Amino acid sequence: MDTTAEIFGDLAMRYLMTVNGGGSPPDEQLYAEMDRFVEELTRAGVLLATGGLDRGTHVVASAGNITLTDGPFAESKEVIVSFALLEVRSKDEALELARRFWKMVGDGEGDIRQVFGPEG
Amino acid sequence: MPTDTAAAHRAIEAVWRLESARIIAGLAGLLRDVGLAEELAQDALVVALEQWPARGIPANPGAWLMLTAKHRAIDRIRRNERLGDKLNLLGRELEATQQDPAAELDAVLDDEKIDDDLLRLMFISCHPVLSTESRIALTLRLLGGLTTEEIARGFLAAEPTIAKRIVRAKGTLASKEVPFEVPPPTERPARLASVLEVLYLVFNEGYSATTGDDWMRPALCSEALRLGRMLAELMPAEPEVHGLVALMEIQASRIPARLRRSGTPVPLLEQNRGRWDQLLIRRGFTALLRAERLGGPPGPYLLQAAIAACHARARTAAETDWAKIATLYQVLIAVAPSPVIELNRAVAVAMADDPERGLQITDGLAAEPALAGYHHLPSVRGDLLAKLGRYAEATEEFRRAASLTRNIPERTLLLQRAADCSAMMEPTDIV
Repeated sequence: MDTTAEIFGDLAMRYLMTVNGGGSPPDEQLYAEMDRFVEELTRAGVLLATGGLDRGTHVVASAGNITLTDGPFAESKEVIVSFALLEVRSKDEALELARRFWKMVGDGEGDIRQVFGPEG
Repeated sequence: MPTDTAAAHRAIEAVWRLESARIIAGLAGLLRDVGLAEELAQDALVVALEQWPARGIPANPGAWLMLTAKHRAIDRIRRNERLGDKLNLLGRELEATQQDPAAELDAVLDDEKIDDDLLRLMFISCHPVLSTESRIALTLRLLGGLTTEEIARGFLAAEPTIAKRIVRAKGTLASKEVPFEVPPPTERPARLASVLEVLYLVFNEGYSATTGDDWMRPALCSEALRLGRMLAELMPAEPEVHGLVALMEIQASRIPARLRRSGTPVPLLEQNRGRWDQLLIRRGFTALLRAERLGGPPGPYLLQAAIAACHARARTAAETDWAKIATLYQVLIAVAPSPVIELNRAVAVAMADDPERGLQITDGLAAEPALAGYHHLPSVRGDLLAKLGRYAEATEEFRRAASLTRNIPERTLLLQRAADCSAMMEPTDIV
């Protein structure tokens, strides 16, 4: 492909940190800490975007049939409820930030996955 | 090295990259000595490398590094009477807080104070008493947390050269007794301009990277962008800071589309806009909006960002609002006169209006000494002449442009355009 992806591919590594549902509901203190965390990452220039997700609509495409189902459709701890898109210099930086996040949040589940550009 | 030790070292490196600027800034705030602050922060890193693999990473690694460095500072002050009364006093103050670990940790974590120190660190690293290249090296070292080796690779320089440059810069700051402060209002515009210039130079160095270059070169773009975003949060009321961030975000959005694999640059209007990073474009628009909301006459970065935004907004090259771009260039020339910008204005006018008028503007630039040997002038003229069907002259201009550039892919492109124009001449010759 005639693109710069080859040389610029890894330069700004993006990671999507996702949080699954099912954790204990956040209290005032956690909200405050979370605000602080988001602010800190924004200040450091590493947080590109963050947001929460509703349960949404599930899509199944099969042999040309599209089936749409409104949630709930799975165990809440299997469903992503929020995300943060991080721009870092290495996977270890993303892992370190995730470690900090989960230390703050307590019990729960989630993932950290590298995001590739359109060239993927 | 066992794998878990290697993993611990990688984790420590990650913590360092995320925290080193704040640690150095906080220490410099205490010690009023940037060189010593960096040295002590490095010492703390060495301790971490010794201890963490066995004991695990502490709960708050940044605060741990900061505390360790502070304790080292106290030791150093105790042992070194030469540092003088002021530091002795500081040593006693530090010792007093050391008695109460909880209060000490709170003091270390005082974000607002460290933010102030971070801003001071930025200003001192870009201090006009230093040469531009020293400012760049020191900024990347102290604020970017890059190693001298990485800076050397980024700038295609020898590592000892960069190491010497940094040592000398720290020496100059000490010998000239440059205060660790945010400059007073009278000096601030000029000093801020220096900070912004350094960030944009780093960005452009990365942007000029080409195929086969060390990955550290393009990484300079992300580094400049990250520092710019940081500065925007530290100085939210400065429109030009947001202007520069907007400019870098939008320019960075084009990185995936700006070079062919062969290394040939793809002109802006021929780039595949589907490859532009829409997330960065949106971030650029947001920064632009923040700058505009602050009001006041627009500065050069804000104006350049506004021009970049015109391109970003156009879904196809044909939809570009050239009239608006030409107007923005006109304003930019009034704020920051430059023949290069005048040349860009010529292009915009040609695109908005007609090539003839654009060409007239370039006629006025022919005698400009600053543009002598600048290949973009004949290249633009070639382009406009070709649009006007004056292929013989266009061929000449493209050949001249090719002879003036040292960038091989670019030269190839220009010679190709000369050949294309030359080929266009033939039908008229035959008729």
